[in-house]
Amino acid sequence: MAKQLVLMKGNQAIAEAAIRCGCDGYFGYPITPQSEVLEHLMAERPYLTTGMVVLQAESELASINMVYAGAAAGKRVMTSSSSPGFSLMQEGLSYIAGAELPALCVNVVRGGPGLGTIQPSQSDYFQTTKGGGHGDYRLITLAPASVQEMYDFVELGFDLAFKYRNPVAILSDGVIGQVMEKVMVDDYKPRWTNEYIEQNCPWAATGHRSTGKHRIVTSLELEALKQEAINDRIQAKYRKCEEEDARYEAIQCDDAEYIFVAYGSAARICMKSVELARAEGIKVGLIRPITLWPFPTKAVAEIGGRMKKILSVEMNAGQMIEDVKLAVGCKIPVEHYGRYGGVIPTPVEILDALKKMIK
Amino acid sequence: MTREDIIKPENLVYKRTPVLTDATMHYCPGCGHGVVHRIIAEVIEEMGIQDNVIGISPVGCSVLAYNYFDVDFVEAAHGRAPACASAIKRLRPETFVFSYQGDGDLASIGCGEVVHACNRGENITMIFINNGIYGMTGGQMAPTTLEGMETVTCPYGRDPKLMGHTMRLTEMLAQLPGTYYVTRQAVYTPAAARKCKKAIRQAFENQKLNKGVSFVEVTSNCNSGWKMTPVQANKWMEENTLKYFPLGDMKVDGKFDPKFIERVATFDQPNETIFSLRKK
Ligand SMILES: Cc1ncc(C[n+]2csc(CCOP(=O)(O)OP(=O)(O)O)c2C)c(N)n1
Ligand code: SF4
Ligand SMILES: [Mg+2]
Repeated sequence: MAKQLVLMKGNQAIAEAAIRCGCDGYFGYPITPQSEVLEHLMAERPYLTTGMVVLQAESELASINMVYAGAAAGKRVMTSSSSPGFSLMQEGLSYIAGAELPALCVNVVRGGPGLGTIQPSQSDYFQTTKGGGHGDYRLITLAPASVQEMYDFVELGFDLAFKYRNPVAILSDGVIGQVMEKVMVDDYKPRWTNEYIEQNCPWAATGHRSTGKHRIVTSLELEALKQEAINDRIQAKYRKCEEEDARYEAIQCDDAEYIFVAYGSAARICMKSVELARAEGIKVGLIRPITLWPFPTKAVAEIGGRMKKILSVEMNAGQMIEDVKLAVGCKIPVEHYGRYGGVIPTPVEILDALKKMIK
Repeated sequence: MTREDIIKPENLVYKRTPVLTDATMHYCPGCGHGVVHRIIAEVIEEMGIQDNVIGISPVGCSVLAYNYFDVDFVEAAHGRAPACASAIKRLRPETFVFSYQGDGDLASIGCGEVVHACNRGENITMIFINNGIYGMTGGQMAPTTLEGMETVTCPYGRDPKLMGHTMRLTEMLAQLPGTYYVTRQAVYTPAAARKCKKAIRQAFENQKLNKGVSFVEVTSNCNSGWKMTPVQANKWMEENTLKYFPLGDMKVDGKFDPKFIERVATFDQPNETIFSLRKK
């Protein structure tokens, strides 16, 4: 069986991609609007086919610590949640980064603060891209703008997680999680064998001391100078990641005088606004950051630097705008347009905001 | 006689198990942690599973346990060792997995994780060091601190009206169908340590059966936190702790011990201060 075109929800695509890319384990706790990830996995029962472990944990605290330990044992493991649950995972994510482990975690964002709403939002941008938990660490953050990308970013996420031995987040939202679109799915890839892990993950506590020396997975180092050296090593990885793995898409920017900067479902809406604006003769383009950390600073600086004005369109009160401003060194005026609390802006609304900015 | 004349196999009376590393333990002299480490290591050696075991250390005085065991180890966040152990055993069913936790770690911050791992019947071994106090952070009250006992966060003695009751979590866990073997042991005398070793061996052997959690509480001391000499601490433990936390099996092969049923039946009665606790 080769590639296949199927119709599915974004959340199901996450689950299906996990099974098909050879993920070893999923641990999660129900929360709207992402429960379909666990539901799809439980319905598909990959433990009978690929051998993937699926477990409904007692909480997000347990889920993320299961992911931590599974990763420590050299396995490709993941979790998913939505905003309040993702907040509960922050200590665990910090441990995963501190112990330099690869793991994938999906946040299908809903509006906050607090219990907030179950409607879509992008209000967890700061939390995800600036650390969220304690200590100097970063989550490599992928922002899908379609169900296809929900699917594709699972394997990409694992690749990046193992490349840098660092947690990777897929920062989605209730729109992309719930919407149904067609998706090209891959054939099933085999899970890594224990022998493969033994050879390729010498850091993993697999239980089998093949080298004769025990392996310890910990984020603890009490001596400040040694802890500083660990931090140096982690920071060096982040610089490399910024250099090699910042991703974005530029749409109709070549002749543009203005650009939107938007990610995820806000970017999808902006694509329509670009169309509407161009029909009225306004030369506007769109930069869609695909990695939110590392932020595509160079691209935004270069393309944005040629513009008269930039509009950062977000489903929040203005979070990514800070990174856009930093990218262009505040040389180009940057404004924000946002709806929040679960409200989704319309293409016309965004066009109106653009016109207001221009005049 | 020279040194070489003495060091001969036929003269050997005791040998440290190779499952313990050469690292010098940081535990206070007289602390039970080190004894339990040795027992676990000996069991791993005797079962021949050193190359097929993963340990999970907690946050607490035994956080550095991974430096002392020559087996693969994962250091868990405070209280989350049962979640870690659950995931590892499911992802690597070929290994023997054990978690090692203190009473603050297991009974307070990690109460949820231990209950659910036991309820799911994870096929793992759990070691629970109950010393009635937070040793690592300087002797604060734990859920297991005895009524009337003084700690730095209950300097006038634990008052259950203000601070809750002394928690017998092991008794609770024994009542979950997911636990297969639940016992309370101690290591304060050679005889107790020998019994404890048998229990820990059983708890590891049970993983071969795939029948659920094997849980060994080791009622222990913290002479530093209790502000006593090691000898005083052991005596105090015998006179006080063991009255509220009596030693013995609660559940064996998935069945309640009759004495345990009798004891649980008294749990609704007022808890008279049975402890001859220190008075300043
Ligand atoms: C989230 C979090 N909260 C608090 C602490 C601080 N802390 C470290 S060890 C500990 C208590 C440990 O006590 P116990 O589990 O009884 O172990 P013992 O030292 O007595 O063996 C606490 C509160 C922490 N490390 N992490
Ligand atoms: S503080 Fe208490 S528990 Fe910690 S090593 Fe010392 S005696 Fe043991
Ligand atoms: Mg303690």
